[in-house]
Amino acid sequence: MSPSAKPLPEITPESRPFWEACRRHELLIQRCRACGAAQYYPRGVCAHCWSADLAWEPSRGRGTVYTYTVTHRSQAAGFKDELPYVLAWVELAEGLQVLTNLVECDPGHVAIGMPVEVTFEDVTPELSIPRFRPTARPGDAGGGDAVLPR
Amino acid sequence: MPTGALIAGVHEFPERKTARSALEIQALAARAALEDAGLALKDVDGYFTAAGSGGLGPLPVLDYLNLHPRYVDGTTIGGASFVAHVHHAAAAIAQGRCRVALVTYGSTPRSQGIAVGTRGRTAGDYLDQFEAIYGTSTVGLYALVAQRHIHEYGTTGAQLAAVAVACRRHAGRNPVAFYRDPITIEDVLRSPMISSPLHLLDCCVITDGGGAVVVVHPDLARDLAKRPVAVLAATEAVAHTAAGKRDYLVSAAAQTGPRALGEAGVRHGDVDLAMIYDSFTITVLVTLEDLGFCPKGEGGRFVEDGRLGPGGALPINTDGGGLSSNHPGMRGIFLVIEAVRQLRGECGERQVPKARLAVVHGTGGALGTRHSGATLVLART
Ligand SMILES: [Zn+2]
Repeated sequence: MSPSAKPLPEITPESRPFWEACRRHELLIQRCRACGAAQYYPRGVCAHCWSADLAWEPSRGRGTVYTYTVTHRSQAAGFKDELPYVLAWVELAEGLQVLTNLVECDPGHVAIGMPVEVTFEDVTPELSIPRFRPTARPGDAGGGDAVLPR
Repeated sequence: MPTGALIAGVHEFPERKTARSALEIQALAARAALEDAGLALKDVDGYFTAAGSGGLGPLPVLDYLNLHPRYVDGTTIGGASFVAHVHHAAAAIAQGRCRVALVTYGSTPRSQGIAVGTRGRTAGDYLDQFEAIYGTSTVGLYALVAQRHIHEYGTTGAQLAAVAVACRRHAGRNPVAFYRDPITIEDVLRSPMISSPLHLLDCCVITDGGGAVVVVHPDLARDLAKRPVAVLAATEAVAHTAAGKRDYLVSAAAQTGPRALGEAGVRHGDVDLAMIYDSFTITVLVTLEDLGFCPKGEGGRFVEDGRLGPGGALPINTDGGGLSSNHPGMRGIFLVIEAVRQLRGECGERQVPKARLAVVHGTGGALGTRHSGATLVLART
């Protein structure tokens, strides 16, 4: 079974800016212009005050593993061939939790508190899905952002 | 303030794999529960279920049962639904909206070969575009909480396993439990890993099954076939992703527990048994903490000394629970049925001596994203 057999997001007008940004390999969160609170997942109103006056802002795409599970048995379409895979809640530096997969790492070496960064899988020409990988150390090929503290 | 409502009759469909349909199971259970109550079909004027289908909720079941109630509730909040229905029935009865409320459930995933815990979702609903695309499963979403509990509090796999062992010990005393052979902590830890840290034996069984509960107005107490059970308190709550800031170790039971015990005017030490939704071992551990049976984070130590098993200080899931007896997808109704039978002293070999007070807590949905909790306090009358 090809990876594309995984369920794909059904994009709606309220989530379109998020997925368009993913296509540019950019992770967006929302911030409320009325009360200043940030939120994830994106939605049509502020989850704190229900104002519809929301701004999109880029996340730095960095965070730590809040919790995870290594899935050894799953009937989830498209994932059966990738067992074991890692499902995780990542806590972004902006303080928001994102449900995701951890990739580019040995499932046996994942730990709570581990620093991670967003990476995008180009699933189709129109669609890229954000997942997270261990934060690259300085000097690693293609890795890291030397400006950001680790 | 106690709800005033009484539970007059209960019935659990005994088969764990059946050729009968979900509707037929509910009809047979409804008839037996009414008979248990000493009431008749014509007495039913309220109806509650989460077992309907086709986007019409209870309508297909009402049609099959040929019922015309004046109060209908199809609240669907996962496995806690049927516990919540007792809450809603008690409220409707107190308001004079109905006098004899029937709750039914039936489901046949075992004979249909549905892998309830490990099947994935398709990305259909709005939230699925941020969740199902990552290969979520029911087991996996509970495992996220178990992993965090281990990290935060030093809980061990052996402590989680102790919950499964206790439930299996109870199941050995229940002739209709799905699994009855004793298991050890090592058996649980050696069973295949499903989603770390949850092993196969940390997960509930998949069965066919169903049941029915009859909740009535207190005025009917004298007309009943058996001594009814009092609903001292009934509460519900939800916990979800909370816009991206959530402590996933705190479940909805942290809201319902104090409210229910306060409403009932009882203390934890007064409770003779607890029916705690056991979709997974971690569900029980977190629920016991949040209901206040032990301080937060001490669930692991609380469950490891045999306290939950037969003869323990706080026996739970005396039918064997979802881990060993019966779990057709949503288990809430069995929690109510077993508690009532214990409080009426009808449980034979597995009877908790002098059971007078029971706490029932249902959990529905997924602990690691969003879930419901419903708590009842039931008492012998
Ligand atoms: Zn706001």
